Amino acid sequence: MGVAESPALEVQGVTKRFGDVLANEDVGLRVERGRIHALLGENGAGKSTLVNIIFGLYQADTGEVRRNGEVLNLNGPRDAIAHQIGMVHQHFQLVPVLSVAENVVLGDEPTRHGVVDLDRAAAVVRELSERFGLDIDPKSIVEDLPIGIQQRVEILRALYREVDILILDEPTAVLTPQETNHLLNVLRGLADTGVAVVFITHKLREVMAVADEITVMRRGRVVGHTVPADTDESDLASMMVGRPVELRLKRTPASPGDEMLTIADLVVDDDRQTRALNGINLDIRAGEVVGVAGVEGNGQRELVEAVTGLRGVVSGSIILDGEEITGRSPRQISTMGVAHIPEDREKFGLIGAHTVADNMVLNRYHHRPYSRHGIRRPAAVDDEATRLVEEFDVRPPNIAAMVATLSGGNKQKVVAAREFSHDSKVMVAAQPTRGIDIGNIEFIHRRLIEYRDAGMAILLVSAELDEVLGVSDRVAVIYGGRIVSCEPAEGIDRDRVGRLMLSGADG
Amino acid sequence: MKMLKPVAVPLIAVGLALGIGAIILAVSGANPIEAYGALIDGSLSSQKTVGRTLEKATPLIMGGLAVAFAFRAGLFNIGGQGQLVVGGIFSAAVGFGFEGLPWIIHAPMALAIGALAGAAWGSIAGILKATRGAHEVITTIMLNFVALNLTDWLASNPWKDEGILSRTPAVEESALIPLWGSFPTGFLVAVAASIGCWYLLERTNLGFEIRSVGLNGDAARYVGISVQRIVIATMAISGLLAGAGGAIETQGVIGRYEPGFNAGLGFNGITIALLARNHPLGVIPAALLIGAMEAGGSMMQFNADVAPEITDIIEALMLLFVATPIVVRWFFSRQEVAEVSVTAGWGSS
Ligand SMILES: Nc1ncnc2c1ncn2[C@@H]1O[C@H](COP(=O)(O)OP(=O)(O)O)[C@@H](O)[C@H]1O
Ligand SMILES: [Mg+2]
Repeated sequence: MGVAESPALEVQGVTKRFGDVLANEDVGLRVERGRIHALLGENGAGKSTLVNIIFGLYQADTGEVRRNGEVLNLNGPRDAIAHQIGMVHQHFQLVPVLSVAENVVLGDEPTRHGVVDLDRAAAVVRELSERFGLDIDPKSIVEDLPIGIQQRVEILRALYREVDILILDEPTAVLTPQETNHLLNVLRGLADTGVAVVFITHKLREVMAVADEITVMRRGRVVGHTVPADTDESDLASMMVGRPVELRLKRTPASPGDEMLTIADLVVDDDRQTRALNGINLDIRAGEVVGVAGVEGNGQRELVEAVTGLRGVVSGSIILDGEEITGRSPRQISTMGVAHIPEDREKFGLIGAHTVADNMVLNRYHHRPYSRHGIRRPAAVDDEATRLVEEFDVRPPNIAAMVATLSGGNKQKVVAAREFSHDSKVMVAAQPTRGIDIGNIEFIHRRLIEYRDAGMAILLVSAELDEVLGVSDRVAVIYGGRIVSCEPAEGIDRDRVGRLMLSGADG
Repeated sequence: MKMLKPVAVPLIAVGLALGIGAIILAVSGANPIEAYGALIDGSLSSQKTVGRTLEKATPLIMGGLAVAFAFRAGLFNIGGQGQLVVGGIFSAAVGFGFEGLPWIIHAPMALAIGALAGAAWGSIAGILKATRGAHEVITTIMLNFVALNLTDWLASNPWKDEGILSRTPAVEESALIPLWGSFPTGFLVAVAASIGCWYLLERTNLGFEIRSVGLNGDAARYVGISVQRIVIATMAISGLLAGAGGAIETQGVIGRYEPGFNAGLGFNGITIALLARNHPLGVIPAALLIGAMEAGGSMMQFNADVAPEITDIIEALMLLFVATPIVVRWFFSRQEVAEVSVTAGWGSS
């Protein structure tokens, strides 16, 4: 030890406390040049805290960070950059109205006669972009770019400063599967040029696909270090969660009953008045899950909004258990028995500044016993919330906490608890596990199956193909506002579904 | 600590404003201690001055409530002034238009009609927003002009008093909101309105819907709350509060409607709501503070030979400090500002 070359980065014995929370406890990490080091852990495991310490945003309470063997004492991001450490945050830090090139060079602009030389900046950015296969036009304006490309701009910012350690905090959380693949290729390319990449995620597939080394964290501690050859997804999942996890949902075959939701020739426009659904037909029976697979933006959102009454219908009909619901208000439809887990829980599913208790009754606060004659009855609300928090294992189990203070997975449990808890006939679940950790994904999937078995008809819309295939009894593929196939999930060919999602045709 | 914090920012803002006011006084050659002494003298020293303070505070409470209430639904009602004058002239019309009614009927009736007129006026902006998407800041500002012209016209044509002045006749005695000794009864109405607003917001379904729409309109819509209905209802209630403020001022202080009688009252509502951090009960102390400065301002001129405009400057400074909490927070805790700048990112020099 110590005789050979010291690692690009070494963390030893780092402990960091936020008030009562021990975010990092005696953490060690060794990052080698030219390797992709995956940092894996559930939400709240302390991954962001650790990399923020490395990047100089936080100061460790104890412990040290060494760079090429020398102890680092960083006082903020600028110091980190000076030591060739770059970081792509979960929330981008770009100036939306500036061009790609301007954003990349911002703070370190090439100048000519004291004036910023934008042409040279653009040239440098173009060269970097080509070298690493990032495929970005330096002249485009950042706010016009999709999230995936904006992320590449962040990566370029770091590369422009010639970092040789690049940290990415959950970079794939915001990406589509295609963008994710592209990013993983870029990271591989970077590592091949000698950059040490620290890649935070909680998606096992990605880790197995791209990592050279894996460090797993749980509750502030490092609980394991391994390489992909010595492990598999279920091993990693158990390490992350701290107990055996079933990655493949155990489920009995469905025993479908009567038709509960019938969608016939449904035509719907999107916000820009262009056609989003071109005559969709779909039916769901009591006691079955129908999954809609598709690349995002092929009409899924409009389908969900039409069924829940949030979006007007151009033509066609939606029938709930024999009753037409087309044209009714969201509240009427909800009362008639359609529950809805919306795709974006923060934006559409929850009111962050309300308490957990208030969010738990957001769909029925106006019913008894939660209110009487228009006057709220907080005691009844609290009782119900206490029961649901326990049943759905929301943590921390504090019904008076603001929902905004919960982790993503627990927020999603609040939404699920609320939507499952009124006796609905149909559940529309849009991206029900997006961005939450394995333990909670497992939990939500189990619930979906339980309610299915109790006779609910479930429409599952998800961008995660694995989720659709794992939970559904029948799989419908949506492409260009049409259902291009609908068949039993049993024995379905994953690659064929993938092709249908991408091109609408099988071949 | 945590409990103190919401109160701390306004308190520090007030302190800073008074401090800077003292410096301005000193620079302009006055004695700040003497001036502030006179201010207190003119607002708090006797039953009579306290009564004046309460009287000044009353329409301020109502205007502040109007802004604060709308804000809880995420709406910025700049139209308090218009709603107030409409409320004022309609309460005056009821006040002089009926004779021989007993007080117990006449005064509440004039107050109620004034309040409803304000509600109607406020709901115009609500309807425009709900059905046409017109921004309430624009429409309420425009409606202020319409209201001023409309009331001017009413006061100089159909509802004009005899004589040359453009104003309505004095209201009947039975429509007055009387003084109780030197205590203005209208103040009780304003306090009751504050408590009522608090109850409505915190304890009723409508209030829950209003707060939900204000905090996250998208989520509110997704769970089936009709955002349009809430926008209209909120603007109507906001207008009701401002209109009642105009009615109380008409029936309790002026005794008739005179154009320009209360220029600026509606706009002070914004200051009050900010100082109160949009809390309906916080509006009371905030309005008392501004009311005291207005009541004491003339004493300051008389005793300390200071232009009463200094109170406007101090009010403006309070507004500035409350609206820019970062300044106050810096004063409160340097720590937090350090954290804010950390998130500002890297690379920029
Ligand atoms: N700035 C902070 N203040 C207080 N607590 C924090 C802060 N940052 C993180 N924490 C807490 O530390 C723990 C670890 O958080 P984090 O490092 O963000 O986890 P991860 O990135 O693995 O999801 C969590 O319990 C979190 O609530
Ligand atoms: Mg994190």
